[in-house]
Amino acid sequence: MSQELIRLTSLVMEFDGERVLDSINLYINDKEFLTLLGPSGCGKTTTLRVIGGFLTPTSGDVLFDGKRMNDVPAYRRKINTVFQRYALFPHLDVYDNIAFGLRIAKLNEQEIDERVTEMLEIVSLKGFENRKVTSLSGGQQQRVAIARALVNRPKVLLLDEPLGALDLRLRKDMQNELKRIQQAMGITFIYVTHDQEEALTMSDTIVVMDKGKIQQIGRPEDIYNEPKNAFVADFIGESNILDGIMLEDYKVKFFGRVFACVDKGFEKNEPVDVVIRPEDIDIVSAEEGHLCGTVTSVTFKGVHYDTIVDFKGFKWLIQTTDFCPEGSYIGIRLNPEDIHIMHKSEYSGMFGDYSSYSAEYDEIADAEGSEDEA
Amino acid sequence: MKRKWLSGPYVLWMVLFTLIPLGVVVYYALTDSVTGAFTLSNLANFANYWPIFLRSIWLSIFATLICLLIGYPVAYFIAHCKPSAQRLLQMLIMLPMCISFLLRTLAWVALLEDTGIINNFLTSIGLSPLPLIRNNGAVILGMVYNYLPYMILPLFTVIMKIDPRLIEAAEDLGCNSRQVFSKVVLPLSVPGIVSGITMVFVPAVSTFYISQKLGSPGTILIGDVIESQFKAAYNPNLGAALSLVLMVLIFICVWIMNRFTNEDDEESMVTL
Repeated sequence: MSQELIRLTSLVMEFDGERVLDSINLYINDKEFLTLLGPSGCGKTTTLRVIGGFLTPTSGDVLFDGKRMNDVPAYRRKINTVFQRYALFPHLDVYDNIAFGLRIAKLNEQEIDERVTEMLEIVSLKGFENRKVTSLSGGQQQRVAIARALVNRPKVLLLDEPLGALDLRLRKDMQNELKRIQQAMGITFIYVTHDQEEALTMSDTIVVMDKGKIQQIGRPEDIYNEPKNAFVADFIGESNILDGIMLEDYKVKFFGRVFACVDKGFEKNEPVDVVIRPEDIDIVSAEEGHLCGTVTSVTFKGVHYDTIVDFKGFKWLIQTTDFCPEGSYIGIRLNPEDIHIMHKSEYSGMFGDYSSYSAEYDEIADAEGSEDEA
Repeated sequence: MKRKWLSGPYVLWMVLFTLIPLGVVVYYALTDSVTGAFTLSNLANFANYWPIFLRSIWLSIFATLICLLIGYPVAYFIAHCKPSAQRLLQMLIMLPMCISFLLRTLAWVALLEDTGIINNFLTSIGLSPLPLIRNNGAVILGMVYNYLPYMILPLFTVIMKIDPRLIEAAEDLGCNSRQVFSKVVLPLSVPGIVSGITMVFVPAVSTFYISQKLGSPGTILIGDVIESQFKAAYNPNLGAALSLVLMVLIFICVWIMNRFTNEDDEESMVTL
C-alpha cells in the first residue's frame, strides 16, 4: 500500500528569474490520494506540471520508481492529466475523445471499444458516444475528461482543479465520484485545488503550499488539528490566532491568564502563536468564563451562528449553535485540547484576527482562489 | 432583432451593386447581341471555350495547392512567434498587398523576361538563358505571388486560436510531436485551410491580367476571354454568358471542397 512511487527532491522552478517553486521535497506513495492545496499563485499547478512533464525544473529531480525523469517528455510518462477546463478535442466526439490515447497506443479496435464502453459506464455517460463535446454541460465534459485520462490505465492521474468550473451541488457529487473511482481503480491521484474543504474531504495526504514553498504535509485530520503555522491554520478552516508565551510544557499564557494545554517541547517562555478553532469554544455565563467579552456581531450561517466577540480589543470568531444577541456580555471556557500551540513563523500576526470580519469571508476566499495560475 | 436596421446600408449596397448587376449579367447572357431577343446560344457557346475553362481551373488548383504548401508552414511559424514578431511578420506578409497589383505583375515580367534581370544575370556569368516567361509555370508563379497572403492570413488566424492546452492534452495522451500535429493541430486547422483555399482559388480562377503578362497566347485564361468580349471583340452577351458559367463552376468547386474537407461547416470562415 505505502510503496513510494514519485519523489521530488530540492525542486526549484524559476520563470524569468522569478522563483515559483522553492526547494520542494515531497514523496508520493502508490495508490495515494494526494492533494496540493494553496491559494492562487502558490505553485501548486506548477508542481503538477513538473510531474506531468510539461515543465522542466530549473534544478532538483523528479523521480519515478527511483528513476530520474526530468528529461522524459510528457508523452512517454505513464501519467495522464485531467486539465483545468478539460481541454477536450473539439473536432472529435465523446467516443473518439476517450479513445484518443488508446488509438495512439495502437490497440486493436475491439479492445478500444471494450475499454471505452467500460469507461463510459464508470463515468455514467452511456449513450453519449456520438455527441459533440461542445454540446455537453460542464459536468459532462468533466466526466469525459476523466474518462479520457483513466481509459489509458495510468499509474498516476493528475487533476488540475478539475471541479473548479462546476456549481456547488455538482462539485459535491463529483468529489464522491472521484474518490470512489480512485479507490476502485487503485490509481495514485495527485489533485490540485484551492478549496480546503475539497482537500479535507477527498485526500489521504494534503500538501499545503504558499509562496512556492511547502508549508505542511499531513493527513487531513493532522493538518486541521495540528497546523504548523498561522498560514496553515488560517487557510484550512477558520482560526483565532493569538500571541502567547509557552511557560513550560502543557502551560501557556495569553490574555494575562495561564491555560492548561496538551502541547510540549517548546523552550521555556518561548513566544508562540496560539490557535483556537471557532467551533471548539464553549460559551458560558460571564461569571463562569475564563475570559469575558462583548458580542459585537452575529451572523446566521445555517448550521451555526458566526458570533464575533470582543475580548479587550481583540476580536474572536466563535461558531456556536447558541444564539447570543449583539451587545451581550458573555464568558468562554477553553479546554486543554481546544488550544493548539505553534512556533512563531513569518506568518505570525498576519492571520487569525477577526477585527475586520465580514460575513462573506468564504466567498471572498473563493473568488480570490479561482483565478488562473501560471 | 430590433437591430435589424443596422444591416440596412449593406443590404442597400448589396441590392444596388450585387443583385441588380447580377440581373443585368443574366439578362445579357440570355439575349441576342443584335436583336435583343431571348436566346440560349450565348450559353451554348461556352462549349467552344471549354479547354480554356479547364486550363483556368487546373492552373488555379495548382496555384492554390502551392499556396497551401508554402502558406501553412509560414502561418504555423508565425502563430508560434512572440506577439511583437507576429505583428512584424504579419505586416511583411501584407506589405505586397499595399502595392498595385499591376505593378507587382509587371515587376515579375521584368524579372523573368528573356532579356530580363534573371536571364541577364545568367548570361553574364556564362550560362544560357532559361525560358522563364510565357508558359504555364510563369502564370502559376504570378498567381501564387499575388494570392499567397490570402492563404496565410486565415491559416494564421485559425492556428493562433488553437488552445495550447489541447496540444498538452495530446502529449499527455501519448502523442509525439508528429502525432500532435496530425491528430490535433491539422484537423483543427481545417476551417482555416478551407477559407484559405477559397480565398485563393476564387480570384485565381477568374484572373485575367497575370496570364496576359506572364503567359503566352497559348496559356490564355477564361478571365482573359471574358475581358476581350467586353473590349476588343465587343460581344458583351457572350462575355456575360461566360461569366455566368464561370460563376457556376466556381460554386461547384467550392461546394465540393466544403463537402470534402468540412463535415460540420459551422466552423468554416467562408462558406459558399
